[in-house]
Formats: sequence, structure tokens, C-alpha cells
Amino acid sequence: MARPSRTEAVTWLLFSAGGMAAALVVPVLLLLFGVLFPLGVLAPPAYEHLLGVLRNPLVRIGLFMLCALALAHWAHRFRHSLGDLLRVRALNTPIAVLCYGAAVAGSVWAALVLFQ
Amino acid sequence: MTANPSPARLYRPPVSRLWWLRRRSYLLFVLRELSCVFVAWFVVFLLLMVDAVYAGNDSYQRFLDWSGRPWVLVLNIVALAFVLLHAVTWFNLAPKAMVVRMGGRRVAPRFVGAAHYAAWALVTVVLAWIVLGGS
Repeated sequence: MARPSRTEAVTWLLFSAGGMAAALVVPVLLLLFGVLFPLGVLAPPAYEHLLGVLRNPLVRIGLFMLCALALAHWAHRFRHSLGDLLRVRALNTPIAVLCYGAAVAGSVWAALVLFQ
Repeated sequence: MTANPSPARLYRPPVSRLWWLRRRSYLLFVLRELSCVFVAWFVVFLLLMVDAVYAGNDSYQRFLDWSGRPWVLVLNIVALAFVLLHAVTWFNLAPKAMVVRMGGRRVAPRFVGAAHYAAWALVTVVLAWIVLGGS
């Protein structure tokens, strides 16, 4: 067993925070925007209302935190799952670099979209 | 555990690449781990929606049409199922991972679990209220 590293501790904390944020926030938003509005069960919000909500600085910051933490959660969990499923030790480092790199790139995209 | 065993002396029993199909609990574990892919998909979906709204009413309407396409709808229904699996397993695990102390005594794990579900319900109601315009 390798000694638990500081990097592992930091990525685990981000994973944990992202898991909590995703569990609290994602189900209701996905239910509304992904399922109920497209199915016509509920009418989607009027454009002006949604624009007003999304222009609120607190909403922008909140959504950015949600995106960044959720992606960190994905990166950490996916990295370890892929390692468990592939079981090729030589691939562990490239997998980690790709996963955390994708999470950082996704967070930059989120910032560009939310603070445009 | 001995400190720094040399790698050559470690015995690694062979494990099938399909180990996760052996038992129901293994499969559920893998499905739970897989839920993170759908959490990441939600981030993409959310950012596409936000981008469309900032770009104007026309692009918002185009986003709504796009989200009604069969493949997007099916993907989102599957994603919702996985996200719910993530939320339930997460909140069920929380009391085991968290030891909360109040006044020097440990808060009973079931209260910690109940508090998480209560927080989930509150967040759900508040967000739905904001999105739907408080009407």
C-alpha cells in the first residue's frame, strides 16, 4: 500500500464536496430541465424570468461552484473506477492526468460561460 | 503492515476483468461509481442551457427544442436515474462517514441521515421555486 499522499487528500476533499453539491442540487434541476419541461408536464420558465435569474451574480457564482465541484467529483471517482475496471497499473498516471485535466478544462469553460 | 515491502514480494491474486458482474452488490457498486459520468453530463447540459439563455430568446427556444429530441430526453431520463442513485447512496453513507458531536455527545447517526434528507428536500423546493418563478 502506498502512503496516502497530500494530493489524494485534496482530490478526495473536492470529490466529497462535489458529491454533496451534486446530490443536493442536480436531481431537481435535471428533473425540471431534462425531463419535465421537454415532456410538457410543466411549462418551461419564460425567457425574461430565466435571464433575470441567471444574471444574478450570486446565481452565477453558485452555478460556477456547482460545475467546478461536480467536475472534480466526476474526475476523482471516474479515475479510480477506471483504474479498478482496467486494472493496468501503467495506465494509472495517464488516467489521473486526463481526468483532473478535463475537470480543470471544464471549470474554465464554466467560468467563460457563466461570467461572459 | 510492514513498512515499504518490496514490490517483488507482493502477491497479487489474479482477478477477472469482469469481477464486477459476480455479485449484485458489486454491480450496484459499479453503477454507483458510474453515476459520476452522468453528473458530468449534467454540467455540460446546464452550461449549454446557460449559454443559450445569455445568447437570447431565439437560442433559448432552440435549446428547449433540442432538449425535447428523443435521444436527449432518453439520455436525461437515464441520467436522472443515476443521479438519484448517487444522491440516495450518498445520503445513506453520510451518517457513517460523519461523526457529529453536540455538547460532547455524539449525535445519533439516524439524525445525521435525516438531516441530509431534510436538506435535500429544502434545496429541491427552493430551487424549483426559483426556476418556476415563485408562481
